[in-house]
Amino acid sequence: MTAVALHGLRERGRTLWARLGRMDPRYPVSFLITLILVLGEARYGILGGYDRLVIALGVCVATELLLSRWLQGSVANVASAYITGISLALLIKPRADLLWPFALGGFLAIASKYVLRYRGRHLWNPSNFAISVLLLVAPASVAILSRQWGNDLATNAVIWCFGLLIVSRVRMLHVTLTYVACFVALAALRHWIVGGPLLAEIAPITGPMYQLFIFFMITDPKTTVSTVRGRIIVAATVAVAEAALRLAGDFHVAPLSRLYPAPPILALAIVGPVANVIDLYRAGRSGRST
Amino acid sequence: MVHAVTSPFQRRIAVGVSFVAAIVLVAVLNRRAPGAGDAPGAARFHLTNIATEAGIDFVHHGPTLDPKLDNIAFLIGSLGAAVSVADVNNDGWPDLYLTNSRFGYPNALYVNRGDGTFVDTARAAGLADVNRPGEGVSMGAVWGDFDNDGLEDVLIYKWGYLQLFKNMGNLHFTDVTERAGLRRWMNANGAVWFDYDRDGLLDLYVAGYYRSDIDFWHLKTTRIMENSFEFATNGGKNRLFHNLGGGRFEDVTDRMGVGSTRWTLAVAAADFNGDGWPDLFLANDYGPEELYLNDHGRRFTLSRVGLESDSKSGMSATLGDVLNRGRVDAFVTNISEPGYLFHGNNLRLNFLPELGRFQQAAEGVVADAGWAWGAQLGDLDNDGRNELFIVNGYVSGDRDRSYWYAASKIAGAYSRVFEDARAWPAIGTASLSGYERSRVLVNRGLAGWSDVASQVGVTDEYDGRAIVLVDLFNRGVLDVVIANQKQPVLVYKNSGVPGNHWIAFKLVGTRSNRSAIGAEVTLEAGAARQLQIVDGGMGFASQNDRRLHFGLGPTGRADRVVIRWPSGTVQTLEHPAVDRLHVVTEPGS
Repeated sequence: MTAVALHGLRERGRTLWARLGRMDPRYPVSFLITLILVLGEARYGILGGYDRLVIALGVCVATELLLSRWLQGSVANVASAYITGISLALLIKPRADLLWPFALGGFLAIASKYVLRYRGRHLWNPSNFAISVLLLVAPASVAILSRQWGNDLATNAVIWCFGLLIVSRVRMLHVTLTYVACFVALAALRHWIVGGPLLAEIAPITGPMYQLFIFFMITDPKTTVSTVRGRIIVAATVAVAEAALRLAGDFHVAPLSRLYPAPPILALAIVGPVANVIDLYRAGRSGRST
Repeated sequence: MVHAVTSPFQRRIAVGVSFVAAIVLVAVLNRRAPGAGDAPGAARFHLTNIATEAGIDFVHHGPTLDPKLDNIAFLIGSLGAAVSVADVNNDGWPDLYLTNSRFGYPNALYVNRGDGTFVDTARAAGLADVNRPGEGVSMGAVWGDFDNDGLEDVLIYKWGYLQLFKNMGNLHFTDVTERAGLRRWMNANGAVWFDYDRDGLLDLYVAGYYRSDIDFWHLKTTRIMENSFEFATNGGKNRLFHNLGGGRFEDVTDRMGVGSTRWTLAVAAADFNGDGWPDLFLANDYGPEELYLNDHGRRFTLSRVGLESDSKSGMSATLGDVLNRGRVDAFVTNISEPGYLFHGNNLRLNFLPELGRFQQAAEGVVADAGWAWGAQLGDLDNDGRNELFIVNGYVSGDRDRSYWYAASKIAGAYSRVFEDARAWPAIGTASLSGYERSRVLVNRGLAGWSDVASQVGVTDEYDGRAIVLVDLFNRGVLDVVIANQKQPVLVYKNSGVPGNHWIAFKLVGTRSNRSAIGAEVTLEAGAARQLQIVDGGMGFASQNDRRLHFGLGPTGRADRVVIRWPSGTVQTLEHPAVDRLHVVTEPGS
């Protein structure tokens, strides 16, 4: 390859990178989740049936179109519903013969954006809300992502590379890195408290639930607070809340047992909306836009 | 409603109400999840545990392992309770063999006295003292007349050296392992006798679970666990031993292409595709099931028949004709735990001849039975349809401490971490899907299945592993024997259903292997057909009675019986007498 061709390639890369930065963040994120879906399905059959994907995606998109038109008078961009639908299809692992969790989960996820609002913004990441409801209300029917990525480092590496690239372009890298750093530090703390193997405490972050969590949920621009400092504090708080749940799990605190299958998701479901309400309230008082 | 509700406020209220209604609906639908109790429907039979009255006081003891595994010794050592049926002394009464899994603890051979009681003769028979340091501990046993001398011999598979005992008659057995060429160290949890090349001699397939280079009492490494939760391929290599005759076996695993290194927990053999040659069906833990189709005894082919993309936690492989189609279907148990994991059991309806694949048909109570282990299909109420009995529960420790959360931490780890037992959180005295009740599912035909366990008297919460169905008292009803991990054996005597008829067959091979293992018997009554196969080992760590039992319902109709012997001989019996056992010898010699 000649130097001219190399230079051309480099220039094209720079242009693409710049365009990616200007793009609506939902599109690169849509690309990433599609990549995860294709990779997971091709290598590991992670969906467990295309009917699940069709229902989750279909209900999310239909609910978005219907509610946006009905309540806001305009047809919404369905990129967000697309991301939510795929997230639900990947993360919800119900009993073998059940499809209703995908339908009701899809409806709850999108409807939560229109129902659970404060000062004009929704408070929960849609898939985070729906999965939390399903796990808390229907544990006999719904589990969370039991299928793993083959416990395979290569698949993990591909997703992490693309994930970090994309969250950096949508300017949420600080959220991901804060959460990951806090998770690892708190894992060491939990290891010190509980006394089990350190690797067992760190291991969960290599699982697919975490990949979806750190690249899609906790970094969702629509449900994060307005400042970089605030987002860092929220990410750290979510990690602390998760560590508290995990410690409760280690010490077998029975009343919290429904929270143990998915500690990060439920920690975000608790911390996220509280942070958003505080942020929106403070913004309202100061007249700042969010 | 869209047109009726017009103001923005009304629309918001309508959406809000729908939103709340959806959450309520989630709660309502969740309450309909199976597992909470029996479904409507009355059972007409009753099962009573008569172990003590029958003189069967066996209690299983689990293995003690290398201290390097102390953190999860309860998990690893939760296998080994097994039960198999054989008429060891040819007196017409089925006997029971139960395994122990701790050094110094004997296996038991309960010989049926014919008066409702049993006596343990294992020590005198030479089948008791097999769990010894340097030799390993028992994980199960399968019976078959490998030398066609008319006496049932037994292969004990272990975490340790395989042991083959030849039945010398008069309730005496001799260890012929070395001479047979079978002295192999395997960490095996399943085996099946079958005649893959139809030469009239029983061959042997042994399923390795842990790798065979692992000595659980002298570990060189703690990297012994699975390298993936659902796609592990680092298990023990399965072995096929060809019976050469003269009491000798040859390892033909690689030549025949059946050396799977998935974590096989159970294996069963039958002719699934109707070509007359017995195939191998594997239930693999941490991976998909596998079907090895037999190419005329020359080689096996791992076939794409709808199993390969469905990766779960296979525990048990049970064969039977689920819908009276005259087909061998497969039922494979799996794990279900609310909130964490819904692998769900598989009911694989056999459509190989038409579609070239199995069709998954498990739903509701069939799919979810907890952490399910052994299962068997058999007609418990003699109505002409097979019931399904599933035993459940992994580790019953402290009731208020569960290991599921801790297990979920390691399950998603990178393979090099996951396979290292030292990286696993300690289980301590916690339970892992402990205290789970068994399921007794009555077959309602097209109306589905109903769980009647508590109605019929099955309320125990033992950690069930192996289950067999056998007419223990020659009454024309199937009784149930369950081997429980580190717990007493259960012997459920079946009350039967008065007025329902039955018929049973004991087959004696001549050109085929003498035990007739692999023979298919199809009973025709009007348009209905029931198919059963003579069992060389199926379920989990179990082997049913070789006698085949058919329920006939109140009409007691049996028009024709077609026997397909392993040799290929087809024999037909017209209008056989009902309510009796027929001893049928293979024609021609």
